[in-house]
Amino acid sequence: MADAPFVSVSGLDIDLEVPGGRLHAVRDSSFDIALGETLCIVGESGSGKSMTALGLMGLLPSNAHRSARRLRVGNHDLLSLNRREMADLMGREMAMIFQEPMTSLNPCYTVGNQMSEMLIRHLRMGRRPALTLARDWLDRVGIPPTAGRLDQYPHQLSGGLRQRVMIAMMLMCSPKLIIADEPTTALDVTIQAQILHLLAGLQRELGITMIFITHDLGVVSRIADRVAVMYAGQIVEMGRTREILRDPQHPYTRGLLECVPAPGKTRPGAHLGTIPGTVPSLVGQLSGCGFAGRCPHAAVGCRGEIPALTVRADGRQVRCLFTPDALWSAA
Amino acid sequence: MLRFLLRRAGLALLVALCVSMLTFALLNITIDPALAMAGEDATDQDIQALRVAMGFDRPAHVRYLDWLQSVLQGDFGVSPYFGLPVSDLIMDRMPVTVTLGALATAFAVIIGVPLGVVAAIYPNTLIDRVSLSVAVFGQAIPNFWFSLMLIILLAVQFPIFPVSGTEGFSSFILPTIVLGTNAIPPIMRLTRTGMLDVLSSDYIRTAWAKGLQPRQVFFKHALRNAIVPVVAVAAIQAANMFGGSIVVEAVFALHGIGMLAYESIQRSDIPTMQAVILIFSLFFIGFSALSDVINAYLDPRIRVS
Ligand SMILES: Nc1ncnc2c1ncn2[C@@H]1O[C@H](COP(=O)(O)OP(=O)(O)OP(=O)(O)O)[C@@H](O)[C@H]1O
Ligand SMILES: [Mg+2]
Repeated sequence: MADAPFVSVSGLDIDLEVPGGRLHAVRDSSFDIALGETLCIVGESGSGKSMTALGLMGLLPSNAHRSARRLRVGNHDLLSLNRREMADLMGREMAMIFQEPMTSLNPCYTVGNQMSEMLIRHLRMGRRPALTLARDWLDRVGIPPTAGRLDQYPHQLSGGLRQRVMIAMMLMCSPKLIIADEPTTALDVTIQAQILHLLAGLQRELGITMIFITHDLGVVSRIADRVAVMYAGQIVEMGRTREILRDPQHPYTRGLLECVPAPGKTRPGAHLGTIPGTVPSLVGQLSGCGFAGRCPHAAVGCRGEIPALTVRADGRQVRCLFTPDALWSAA
Repeated sequence: MLRFLLRRAGLALLVALCVSMLTFALLNITIDPALAMAGEDATDQDIQALRVAMGFDRPAHVRYLDWLQSVLQGDFGVSPYFGLPVSDLIMDRMPVTVTLGALATAFAVIIGVPLGVVAAIYPNTLIDRVSLSVAVFGQAIPNFWFSLMLIILLAVQFPIFPVSGTEGFSSFILPTIVLGTNAIPPIMRLTRTGMLDVLSSDYIRTAWAKGLQPRQVFFKHALRNAIVPVVAVAAIQAANMFGGSIVVEAVFALHGIGMLAYESIQRSDIPTMQAVILIFSLFFIGFSALSDVINAYLDPRIRVS
């Protein structure tokens, strides 16, 4: 990566105020994404994937606190923008597709209304041309223009259709960065593949940089250029997709992949497995490696200090005190 | 939408019919109309004669249908106490009460909704606290005391408004404030909780993600969803205020429906009581139907289900 990365996140911390104290949803997260590249974020439920995405977009819930050393998208330093400037970017330069298609559209307004208001806002289009463009975009995401969908309300559409509407809406203003947070998790298996195909196709066609959050290793192997593995709010391993899937170096990543029948040859629908044990409480500080309690290779040193994310020879980053050679033989 | 309206109107009609039947039955069970009409020093014979002459000796259902038929023709009978047709009394009293009701409703909505919205946009700030205090104040304060305070301050000490009466618009201002203040707290609080709820919803997050301006997010996307339960409550408040308030009408010497109800109850004036109760219930039925129609317009999910 000789050029400056398109997205650059450094030292992102997200705390949530919860009844028991402060929940550290994301700790010291750093990653860069080159222009046009797809980064997949994987990890168990609750590992902080959505919070990372929402933190980057500035869409955190009201009980959240965000801090970071650097948050850059393109030429924009997100940390120095005020709310108005941020609003100008959102939907225009960077857009997000949510995990919850059923509830992410406003029940009171028609599809056409919700789509066109974005064009009116960012591209200063008139209402009529905006509706025409919205219709074209629906066609583009596989919703035929004949069906009068523009005049329908969200409750008249299935989850798959709603997610298509969302994808069309969020891509309409040609953002340079799209964050897709498990866009297919809430949908039927048959619909999942279609939506994924659609999104991946559009991303390639439009040359968009993408952050894709998923549980599905099949999806990872198909669309990701690089993968970041999150555990208990931290990125524990990050690197090129092939290398991570073939040769995981963090015990957690390895654990996830071992649950899959043939690592590296995953098919769509192959999910991350489960590892025995439970995630440490995110409330309060960690005293050592967050995975130590579940790690089959944990040593005394693992509980004493939080391992740093270190760069290994092949450029991949791993948050573990040990190298794979020390942990398991290459057999 | 048309089917929805027709169904809603049919339901309203049915409820109105039930209410009229119930009112008629209750009043005729609890009060002997002949006795009430004859006055205190009438003999048994006089009463019996009156009973036959007025047709009170006929079976109740016959009398009800008879009454209903006249009512449908706009004839509520003659008030034995006032010696005037009840419809004249109503027409005479109605404008004052309706004017006051409309003004008070408007006042409560114009103050209550924005206060609730602002409180929800800035929760747990000074603004929120102040509007919450307004709500508590509005709820706790007795009408008669508030009326007197306003009169002393704004009509006597600083004679800006008339003390009482119905001359001109300015004489409605103080009663509007008193009556409307009662309705502010429920409207304000429901708007606040509704907005807080909606503001943390997924579709509002989407609206922010689209880069919409705060005013679009708050007023176009959030308020429309949050206002639906408020409409229903505001309608009940409005019906209450359109039915007239005895205290406010008494203090400000406004001769409206509230006073008429009071007077007719005192004199066991059955025809007037029946008319007043019917009108009161018609306001309720009308306003709740209106709120359903408004909500069906606001939220498409109500329209279809
Ligand atoms: N609004 C909130 N208030 C308090 N805690 C929250 C809130 N939203 C999420 N959390 C907590 O923050 C942590 C990270 O949540 P996040 O939604 O980022 O997980 P995720 O990796 O996206 O999981 P999933 O795969 O289930 O979507 C979890 O422990 C979760 O319980
Ligand atoms: Mg999530």
